[in-house]
Amino acid sequence: MKDLMPSLPRRLAVTLALPVTLIAVWWITSADSQSFYFPPLQTILQTFGKLWFSPHALSDVGPSLWRFSVGYLAAAFLGIVIGIPVGASRNLRNVLEPVLEFLRAIPPPVLVPVLILFTGLGNEMKALVILFGCIWPVLLNTVAGVRALDEVLAETVRSYRIGGLSRLWHFVLPGASPQIFTGLRQSLSIGIILMVISEMFAARDGIGFVLVQYQRTFAIPEMWSGIILLGIIGIVLSLIFRAFEAWLLGWYHGLRQSQRAG
Amino acid sequence: MPAARTTRVRARLAARTFVWLQGLAGLVGFALLLEIAPRVGIVSPDYLPPFSAIMVALFNEMTTAEFWTALGDTLEAWAIGLVISVVAGVAIGIAIGSSHLLRSLTHSTIEFLRPIPSVALIPLAVLLFGSQIQSTLVLVVYASFWPVLIQVLYGVQDVDPVARETARSYGLGTWAQIRYVTWPTTLPYLMTGIRLAAAVALILAITSEVAIDTQGLGKEISDTESGGAVAIMYAYVIVAGIIGVIVNLGARALERRVLAWHPSMRLDAAEAGA
Amino acid sequence: MDRAVKSMLEVKGLRKVYEDASRTVEAIRDVSFSVGQGELVCIVGPSGAGKTTLLKCIAGLIAPTAGAVVVEGTPVIGPPPAMAVVFQEYGRSLFPWMTVHDNVALPLKQKKLPAERREELVRDALSAVDLSGVDGAYPWQLSGGMQQRVAIARAVAYEPHVLLMDEPFAAVDAQTRADLEDLIRVLWHRLRVTVLFVTHDIDESVYLGERVLVMSHAPTVIMEDVTIDLPDERTQLETRSMPRFGELRKHIYSQIQLAKQGWRPPSE
Repeated sequence: MKDLMPSLPRRLAVTLALPVTLIAVWWITSADSQSFYFPPLQTILQTFGKLWFSPHALSDVGPSLWRFSVGYLAAAFLGIVIGIPVGASRNLRNVLEPVLEFLRAIPPPVLVPVLILFTGLGNEMKALVILFGCIWPVLLNTVAGVRALDEVLAETVRSYRIGGLSRLWHFVLPGASPQIFTGLRQSLSIGIILMVISEMFAARDGIGFVLVQYQRTFAIPEMWSGIILLGIIGIVLSLIFRAFEAWLLGWYHGLRQSQRAG
Repeated sequence: MPAARTTRVRARLAARTFVWLQGLAGLVGFALLLEIAPRVGIVSPDYLPPFSAIMVALFNEMTTAEFWTALGDTLEAWAIGLVISVVAGVAIGIAIGSSHLLRSLTHSTIEFLRPIPSVALIPLAVLLFGSQIQSTLVLVVYASFWPVLIQVLYGVQDVDPVARETARSYGLGTWAQIRYVTWPTTLPYLMTGIRLAAAVALILAITSEVAIDTQGLGKEISDTESGGAVAIMYAYVIVAGIIGVIVNLGARALERRVLAWHPSMRLDAAEAGA
Repeated sequence: MDRAVKSMLEVKGLRKVYEDASRTVEAIRDVSFSVGQGELVCIVGPSGAGKTTLLKCIAGLIAPTAGAVVVEGTPVIGPPPAMAVVFQEYGRSLFPWMTVHDNVALPLKQKKLPAERREELVRDALSAVDLSGVDGAYPWQLSGGMQQRVAIARAVAYEPHVLLMDEPFAAVDAQTRADLEDLIRVLWHRLRVTVLFVTHDIDESVYLGERVLVMSHAPTVIMEDVTIDLPDERTQLETRSMPRFGELRKHIYSQIQLAKQGWRPPSE
């Protein structure tokens, strides 16, 4: 009962219709705006170009993205490495589950003050906050993915005496990967939030820091442009993630499609 | 054979109790770790007081009015924000989801706005509302609206077209269609959405309190940190965690209750959910 | 066909009892039999007869409560190296993230065979099951029958001494099943491998086997060890219409009926 795929121009038109309309409405209604807090869109976009396409923009955005990458990738690695044995052992799971549920329920930004105690205001604090926030979705989803590995496939693997690292690489990791990616996706949004928050608090550079500066000094168009920039970063990272996922999990999408059809 | 059945029931109860005990052991072990590490010197007790000291601070705090006010403020912001998100998410989700055209038109905008971190709005919220609860609400609603919307959209899309056609052919108006066809199908998805939204709403509520200094648990945490009352700070952190666990468990229990009498049919929502 | 007399597989006094927190189930009470090298033996029985349990004990996937399984003189304590298993749920026994080629090649990598030899075995196995063209496809792109062929190819490429098959064609349509049955006979003749074939389909067991072991209901024992004295060259059309086929079939059928009624042979 699916519609026939409409032509490319039509798809493009539908995709862009609402966003373009909204932007146009924003532009028009704010054009003569005298409001201090809501300057004309035109001004914002001009400021955007001036600020973020300048060479020193890199010194603001760079450190942010660097801290984010370190924290996120470390969280992904640890989440998977810890999640696999926990997922595989029922006893480990039973023992650790309440503790993990508690730790993951602590809102990561709450840890910013805590971590400031331990590591001061430097890069470590921010990377650690990101790590602490991002690790839970990855870890818990890894556990779920390992638990849900197909029993028949597990027996097949045993019957062919495939064990150890080979079993991990060819069976456990690929088998749990769709679920792991769900966790990685959730962690992505959390990581961005934490990157910004940790910088808003206590930092000397970074997007969050810059944004708060603008707000404090009432540099409104700059502040808006910063908000837009954050939005764009969020979208770009999300797109990169999706491309990566599509590449790695191509088999999974194909499998589910055939299941749905069949 | 009654005797055999009793044995079976008792055996299952024993097994479940064992699992509980294992979990308890884990918690106790964790508390022990927190107790020993600062005492032995692995971590400086200035940065991490022993678990017992934190517990003492917690019980002391619980006798103050300030504690309960802060807790109440956080929960108030959470609840109001969540309700707004759910109502808006359901209304907009059903409206958009019921029309193929609307869905295609809004798809790009939704995918565009979704990944925008709600914290990007902090400066704006501060400018507009300062440290009042509205700032928090802006963040909470923006963050928790999307999970609800997305899940409701999944749900509306899952409605059996035959059922819908049948309803239409019987002359059921839009309202009746929604009530008898769309709503029952969407409900399990909505429950998942509420579960996700509840967790996110709490996190954002406390986050905004930490960042913007609005009244609540988050503010207590950042205040006690800058004031050097470290044990009290950890006490509030633990409270934040416990509230989070209660919200998560409560939402999951609610979801399971609603789904218990509802045939579960979806891989998508389960994937989105974990 | 020239067969060595030496026994490939021996099952001695096998007993399996399942015990968990709530109940005790004696799935297999006492099963003993032996299979000579190169034989094709079928195991048939009513549902609930513990056939799969028996197969998994032989495959070393489950530990028996008592008794022993001996493969090529060595007792089985875990999955033995020279054995391959083909499961009923073909869809779940193939790796969905690997192509057909990689699925077949993986156990060979485990055996640490050099790449050239691996490629040769994969190619031969796929052509033996008539799937030469699809080695780049993913399992979920193939039909059910083709997927089961891939599983069979994987087992064949492994060059096992004993091939265990657990109701492999139960989930496949009748026409495909007939083709696959013939495929098994062809492969068996070519490779001279010992085959233990579990099925609930009496016709299939008579058509395929040189011997048929009839299982009783749980707690399982062997009701009878029936020798199938049909000619070695078998075809679906001719063999199944032979009078001897009908006799054997009827005999096994009546044994199964007795088994369903709870009858079992007098214990020794």
